[in-house]
Amino acid sequence: MKPVFVRPQSLTDKPFHFCPGCHHGVIHRLVAEAIDRFGVRERTIAAASVGCSVFLYDYFDIDVVESPHGRAPAVATGIKRTNPDKFVFIYQGDGDLAAIGTAEIIHAANRGENLTVVFVNNTVYGMTGGQMAPTTLLGQPTTTSPYGREFGQDGYPIKMTEMLAQLEGVGFAARVAVDTPARLAQARKAVFRAFETQLEEKGMGFVEILSSCPTNWGMKPLEAVRRIEREMIPYFPLGVYKERKGSDAL
Amino acid sequence: MRRVLEGSHAVSHAVELARVKVISAYPITPQTHIVERLAELVADGVLDARFIRVESEHSAMAAVIGAASAGARSFTASSSHGLALMHEMLHWAAGARLPIVMAEVNRAMGPGWNIWADQTDSLSQRDTGWMQLYCEDVQEVLDTILIAYKLAERVSLPAMVVLDAFFLSHTYEPVEVPDQDEVDAFLPAWEPTEILDPSDPRAFNQLASPEYYMEFRYKIQQAMEEALRAHDEIDAEFGQRFGRSYGAVRRIPCREGERAPLALVTTGSVTGTARVAQATLREKGTDVDVVKLKLFRPFPHEEVRRVLGPYERVVVLDRNISFGSGGIFAGEIRAALAGLDRRPRVYPFVAGLGGRDITPQTIESIVARALGDEPPADILWEGLKL
Repeated sequence: MKPVFVRPQSLTDKPFHFCPGCHHGVIHRLVAEAIDRFGVRERTIAAASVGCSVFLYDYFDIDVVESPHGRAPAVATGIKRTNPDKFVFIYQGDGDLAAIGTAEIIHAANRGENLTVVFVNNTVYGMTGGQMAPTTLLGQPTTTSPYGREFGQDGYPIKMTEMLAQLEGVGFAARVAVDTPARLAQARKAVFRAFETQLEEKGMGFVEILSSCPTNWGMKPLEAVRRIEREMIPYFPLGVYKERKGSDAL
Repeated sequence: MRRVLEGSHAVSHAVELARVKVISAYPITPQTHIVERLAELVADGVLDARFIRVESEHSAMAAVIGAASAGARSFTASSSHGLALMHEMLHWAAGARLPIVMAEVNRAMGPGWNIWADQTDSLSQRDTGWMQLYCEDVQEVLDTILIAYKLAERVSLPAMVVLDAFFLSHTYEPVEVPDQDEVDAFLPAWEPTEILDPSDPRAFNQLASPEYYMEFRYKIQQAMEEALRAHDEIDAEFGQRFGRSYGAVRRIPCREGERAPLALVTTGSVTGTARVAQATLREKGTDVDVVKLKLFRPFPHEEVRRVLGPYERVVVLDRNISFGSGGIFAGEIRAALAGLDRRPRVYPFVAGLGGRDITPQTIESIVARALGDEPPADILWEGLKL
């Protein structure tokens, strides 16, 4: 019988620990598909972050180095500069990349580090239990903003993709979502492009993936998926924000 | 009023009672419940304070440095890597002589990642100029926050109130919560003498050349020495007002009026376990006095010599390690005892790192080793699985 659905080779058999309805599992799969697609598993190293993605090393059948909170882009820089022939990707959440690690991602991008970045934005600190993050939407209640985020206190949610797309060192920058089959296909394409950007040595390939967090949003999985379209996409528009074409290498 | 409170919430309610004006923090397990409850208290208008949500612990400490420089009673809480990230700012807060109070939840440092109790995070901040007060139970956590503010403001130095991850931060205990007017009488509003005030312009934290720098350091040391006396005074005043006092070093004798052949020095929640082990050991015919150390900075050298000096044997139980040396409390205690003509033999045990349980049986085993034929050593490990 012809198989119609297989587990990517780059994923281990370990079941994900993620909450029901969380998108990390789907996103892990997309990244594993990309590793398989480009045949880089034997030369891939990931720099993992702190947060719900902390157990990346359990799920990917590749080398993974855990990094202190926010520092994955700097750690990955050291790895890639030491081993330019290796494929190096970073996987960070918004509490990591868009908060404590803002300096590291901006400067890795600005230096044009030849890295692939998977940025999972669920508008909240997940693992610590749902505190307000810099990406939290206005009005969104969290455990440290019980009546919702207010502009006067906390400013507006930070748009990392738009910000990083401005930097010359970034070869590819896109924001995608995985809440519908059509968007999942677009997300796969964007992750593949972010991989190709590194393989073609065109600077940082950056993909922001909007993700659900039913547990910390206090929603059922289906409601949480619907929130992505209803509330997140209007503020965090999807699309390719930057793509360095063909011969214009960095 | 008697309430059943989680250790973290005991901190939050003490901060409320202290009428703190500015709070800034960043989430980290297992500190998070402290600031979550404070965020609620501020959002509900129960506590009239500014709650600043920042992007990192480094910025949280910088924000409370700014707030305290502007004259506000300020608070933050952190743990482990969060505290380590604050390190530069910790020196800054002390050098700027700001009476910031922080709740520090003792958690192991990575890698490997570990969220459980271990004192190496706070003890690594030993030389930053922060006072450090370790707590045994949830009541002591609440009381120590109040004592810490009064002490910090008296001597113009920041203070860290330290509680064990989970054993204290996530444990519910009955707690006597003092009335607001009683706390106000004990801890009046902070009246800083040196604050940022454009009507009286001045520069803060300026260059200190070799001509001046050493005297600034001398004054910090003087303030620490003053803090030793001030802590005892404030602790005694707290005792008079609220019926509870703790001391910098407290001897818990096995038999009142007698001295056991061995003293067991403990810190944090392990003291509670040691009390249980002490009772069991006594029934089995072994007398052990427990000595609870609360104050680590300033270090109560004189008191340590007075209390521990007369013992034949002293066991120090460290849930921490300074690699290449040994247990950190043991090192400090041995240094304090070194000046005595006749010194007790010190048994420096390291146990319970990374949240491994220290049970009454662990303590019984340690005591048996110290009273047996354990040869002297610079470090003794208990419960290693090799």
